[in-house]
Amino acid sequence: MGTLAEEIFSYRLGRPVVAGDTVVVDVDHVMSHDTTTPLAIKAFRKLTQQNNGRVFDQKRAHIVFDHIIPAATIQAATLHREVRDFAREQEIPILQEGICHQVMPEKGFVLPGSIIVGADSHSCTYGAFGAFGTGMGSTDIGVAYATGRSWFRVPETINVHITGELPPGVFAKDISLEIVRRLGVDGANYRALEYTGEVIENFSMSERMTFSNMAIEMGGKAGLIAADATTQAWLRGRTDKDYPLLRAHNPHYEQIIEIDVSHMKPLVACPPDVNIVHPAEEVEDIKIDQVFLGTCTNGRLDDLEIAANILRGRTISPDLRMVVIPASREIYLEAMRRGYLEIFAAAGASVGTPGCGPCIGRHFGVLAPGERAMTTMNRNFTGRMGDPTAEIYLGSPATVAATALTGHITDPRSVLFTENLV
Amino acid sequence: MGRIWKVGDNINTDLIIPGRYNVTTDHAQLAKYCLYEAYPEFSQGVQPGDILMGGHNFGCGSSREHAPTAILANHVKVVIARSFARIFYRNAVNIGLPVLVCEEAVLNSEDGHQLEVDLTSGQISNITTGKKFQSEPLDPFVARIVAAGGIINYIEANNGQLIY
Repeated sequence: MGTLAEEIFSYRLGRPVVAGDTVVVDVDHVMSHDTTTPLAIKAFRKLTQQNNGRVFDQKRAHIVFDHIIPAATIQAATLHREVRDFAREQEIPILQEGICHQVMPEKGFVLPGSIIVGADSHSCTYGAFGAFGTGMGSTDIGVAYATGRSWFRVPETINVHITGELPPGVFAKDISLEIVRRLGVDGANYRALEYTGEVIENFSMSERMTFSNMAIEMGGKAGLIAADATTQAWLRGRTDKDYPLLRAHNPHYEQIIEIDVSHMKPLVACPPDVNIVHPAEEVEDIKIDQVFLGTCTNGRLDDLEIAANILRGRTISPDLRMVVIPASREIYLEAMRRGYLEIFAAAGASVGTPGCGPCIGRHFGVLAPGERAMTTMNRNFTGRMGDPTAEIYLGSPATVAATALTGHITDPRSVLFTENLV
Repeated sequence: MGRIWKVGDNINTDLIIPGRYNVTTDHAQLAKYCLYEAYPEFSQGVQPGDILMGGHNFGCGSSREHAPTAILANHVKVVIARSFARIFYRNAVNIGLPVLVCEEAVLNSEDGHQLEVDLTSGQISNITTGKKFQSEPLDPFVARIVAAGGIINYIEANNGQLIY
């Protein structure tokens, strides 16, 4: 009985728990990345006199290098070396093949009904698989590496029910921005979001991941979607483990948000907060210096496909530069086979190695003072991509690709309709 | 008693410690770049025992523990806000940076005021105005971690086990 969050915690604990209960649970997997691992190691070291200095389980502890990969500075390389030494000592592999939130599911670590903690706020992405994934700080993750456990307050749940027929040119990202616009940047603080409805059911795993990924932009602790046949099909060949298909039973939701997408338009989030959302067609006069297609929000194969279809045989505006970074090596290789990377390169884009890229402003496309970027990222915070006077706009891969052609923010429907791409 | 350094709503972790300055675990470096762009005077003028005061949703955004660490590295006594983002709050509790939720104190105090804070009772006195406030009580489990001085100490006191 309960919300999907309550069902997952009750299943893992073997006893019924409800929102508001504080519990300590054994977690299924623990993850940290190149910038959060060093502080996690410090916490881990302080704790591990009692258990011989080993991680709780080498098969369930994961370190992913994605934030500054390959190292852009001596300082980053030194930090990497420190983490590599730790991983070698602990005999755990370092995953260097893309963004943690893409690589963890690809490796079959993210299974429905599991609890996964990651030292990265977008660990809520795992909710797309019906897993309770949540972001924590390095000390919590160091504790989990040492003990295999973590503490949680079982959260209340906000249900986002999405129905209607998706208009051409409107994508999962646009709906995600609409949810943030309605709930605000702290509207889901301490709460789980649970996405339901026919639109979610018909979406692919990639599109579902876009929703779950952005739960934290409302303060959400998790962004859950019940696993179904789509989830099972995606996981086939990635895991041989059994997993439960949990779903909400007579749930009590703290709040229900109903969204009918039938009349939605492509949307853009304007700086400096994700809830400052306007229809793309109303902000078309904003000139753009750089577009960026990638990230854990929108760096997957279908995202690249949408953009490649718009850019095929065209060149980007001479007034801007374009950065494209596939979210993982698996996606990169498939995009290469399908010719998408060639389309991007021929159009004039810089295609980067899988990772976070300029999303955290450390390398591969940082912004100068006063510059503006149109991106598929999840955050538009001040200073995130470089100089603090630079501005970051967020939208779908289609909006980003259309913008690349014109040099100013562009509603993708103009390109999609005239080119007969939809 | 300490000086209040007051900021607004939705102060995110990129503002507390920008991503391009958190490629380190060095406390002096993190302290220097704390609120570097949002409140440049802060890291230059803050004294040990001062108070950082925020509005709604303080610490939203990334999970970087560098954010509360950078504040702690400036020897701030306590962060008081109308509300905290979840991950920041948890990180602060874990590393022993005191955090209190007190709407009234924030609404009735200004940047530069002098504040007395009793971390045990949660009582807050604005010395400049003479007003007194009571912060919200902590969750019982969180209170145990705070009393231990952070989650590492809490676990060590329980023979290396994380138990409720």
